[in-house]
Amino acid sequence: MTSWKRKHLLGLDELSKEEIELILETASSFKEVSFRDIKKVPALRGKTVVTLFFEPSTRTRISFELAAKRLSADTLNIAVQASSTTKGETLLDTAKNIEAMNVDAMVVRHSLSGAPFILAQGLQCSVINAGDGCREHPTQALLDMFTLKEKLGHIEGLKVALVGDILHSRVARSNIWGLTKLGAKVTVCGPATLMPRGIESMGVKINYDLKEVLRNSDAVIALRLQKERQQDKFLPSLREYSRLFGINQAKLQEATSHLIVMHPGPTNRGVELSAEVADGKQSVILDQVTNGVAVRMAVLYLVLGAKGE
Amino acid sequence: MGLLIKNATIVNADKIGEKPQDILCQDGKIIKISPSINAGSHEVVDAKGKKVLPGLIDIHVHLRQPGHEDKETIETGSMAAVKGGFTTIMCMPNTHPVIDNPMSVEYIIREAKRVGLCNVYPMGAITKAQKDEELTDMAELKSAGCMAFSDDGKAVLNSRLFRLAMEYAKMLDVLIIEHCQDPLLTAGGVMNEGAVSTRIGLKGDPGIAETVTVARDIEIAHYLNSKVHLAHMSLKRSCELIRFAKSQGVKVTAEACPHHFALTDEACASFDTSTKVNPPLRGQEDVEAIKKAIADGTIDCIVSDHAPHTKEDKEVGFDDAPFGLIGLETSLGLTIKELVKPGIIDLTKMVDKMSTAPARIVGLKSKGIIKEGFDADLTIIDENKEWTVSQAGFVSRSKNSPFIGWKLRGQVEYTICGGKVVYKV
Repeated sequence: MTSWKRKHLLGLDELSKEEIELILETASSFKEVSFRDIKKVPALRGKTVVTLFFEPSTRTRISFELAAKRLSADTLNIAVQASSTTKGETLLDTAKNIEAMNVDAMVVRHSLSGAPFILAQGLQCSVINAGDGCREHPTQALLDMFTLKEKLGHIEGLKVALVGDILHSRVARSNIWGLTKLGAKVTVCGPATLMPRGIESMGVKINYDLKEVLRNSDAVIALRLQKERQQDKFLPSLREYSRLFGINQAKLQEATSHLIVMHPGPTNRGVELSAEVADGKQSVILDQVTNGVAVRMAVLYLVLGAKGE
Repeated sequence: MGLLIKNATIVNADKIGEKPQDILCQDGKIIKISPSINAGSHEVVDAKGKKVLPGLIDIHVHLRQPGHEDKETIETGSMAAVKGGFTTIMCMPNTHPVIDNPMSVEYIIREAKRVGLCNVYPMGAITKAQKDEELTDMAELKSAGCMAFSDDGKAVLNSRLFRLAMEYAKMLDVLIIEHCQDPLLTAGGVMNEGAVSTRIGLKGDPGIAETVTVARDIEIAHYLNSKVHLAHMSLKRSCELIRFAKSQGVKVTAEACPHHFALTDEACASFDTSTKVNPPLRGQEDVEAIKKAIADGTIDCIVSDHAPHTKEDKEVGFDDAPFGLIGLETSLGLTIKELVKPGIIDLTKMVDKMSTAPARIVGLKSKGIIKEGFDADLTIIDENKEWTVSQAGFVSRSKNSPFIGWKLRGQVEYTICGGKVVYKV
């Protein structure tokens, strides 16, 4: 079996199939911890994990915090407002100041694509990417894959659709890397104005017909639509978006009964998913959230235990 | 007493001299070229085994002075120029304040004279404060010393104003240089839009932002029968449009930069902000097309688009970093490595692209050729010598180069400007 050698988790782009599988297997053994009476193991006792978020986030940050705590690490959460960068302090300066207080891992979210690379090059501690710009959100894709495997038994050969704003979605990119490496067939579906140029080169198919996509998929991951996209003229209206790419019960009739519906959250009800679908029996959205803690425990455990690189 | 260059293998745009010659320079001019000239009391430079080129000319440089002396000054920019083999540079007017008035033009000329290393010709802005609203007083700027006008950094987006600028420039016999880029299409893009930008999640600048402006400018030039020079062409499609225009007799000339034939957008995947440049690094197909267009004459000249930025400016995230890279000190080495050594162009054609053609395009009538009566601007190189680009080696005030660590070909041995040795390796 592969052993883990990476000090950082920057994205799924750079991981091998074996490394992704190792994270998923490790997560599988950690999942049970969250169901105990005493939800704690001593794996990272004495380690300090900092979440450093330059963008607002609730669930990802909490998920990382709980994951670290359940591994007995000490945690500290820092939400950096735009103000400290306007004071002239660079991203790396901010991170170096925190690192100087002897932390072992920094979980970072930033609106700049590539921000975790700047930190990984400049810091001694481990860097875990919790979302950078439009580039990657690796732990989200890992928890999506974990959930797919749990619900459908395997990933190889699965037909998975990503629906929505592909252009701006780091969740889409990380899922494309991960799913294609594990042998799934990935289709992207969304408005042509939000479909990035050259996306086929990442090994996916484009289909603009949601009904057809639903008919031919085992799982669909609906992506969050930022309301600003309408102001940026990418969309005529949210209503029209929802008509074409929102998933409701009527459109779901087209799909096979085993199809599962996923969403990275938070959901705009009535836009990406109707309430009926979000709360329906094919939805696994809350399982994704549960699995997120296990996957992040696995990532923290592996990265902080790495001896190599 | 003059300067005598002995044993010179002279490379002009039309031919390489068969036998070594001696070149005597006096009072800033080449006064005699002959197989053997008596040294007398002249200062002697032995060019044995080296090539002697007409002094290189770069018509697209940002010297940053006035306003951004932290990035570059006329002095440090001149030092970088002569180290790179350039005896003449033309600086873009997007300084602070913008070069849109005679006082600013005179200031640059005076400062360049004080430095005294190379010829510096300031370009004037096309529109006042580069605001794309009103034309500058071009006739007055011409009397102050501007031979060319550009709003470089951005296009003159107002098509009517651009038409008027070209008509007015034609009357004055000055050159309009256009930065071809429609900002409404660029829409905040930070690298080439394509598979790489999609993969790494950076905002793409689509090639059409350049090509629609190229097409517009060609049409205006055709309609007015006026000259236009298109700056830093980066795309295959732009080359095709220019090739077509030239075949129709449109008076269009064009330039390309070494980074656009030496690097592709794959370089941006490192998130190294020295690869962030405007227009952005493009795909492999574009790189090949630019090389072909340089070879077949579609692209007339090579320029560096030397754009210095401080470490502080560039040591930020890719989205936040300013566009630009320094090029004066690597331009020749990259051209020899990427174009001459692989046989895409020979040394004579390189001399054309880096000296003779730029002199002709901007109207420097006594430069760009090694000939009796012409200016004594000469660049002596060892075209086979390999050297490694290093951060410490740059004399430019800024170090923002994506070529650090690269092995280049072609060492500048001497740079001679106005009959004086201004750089010696």
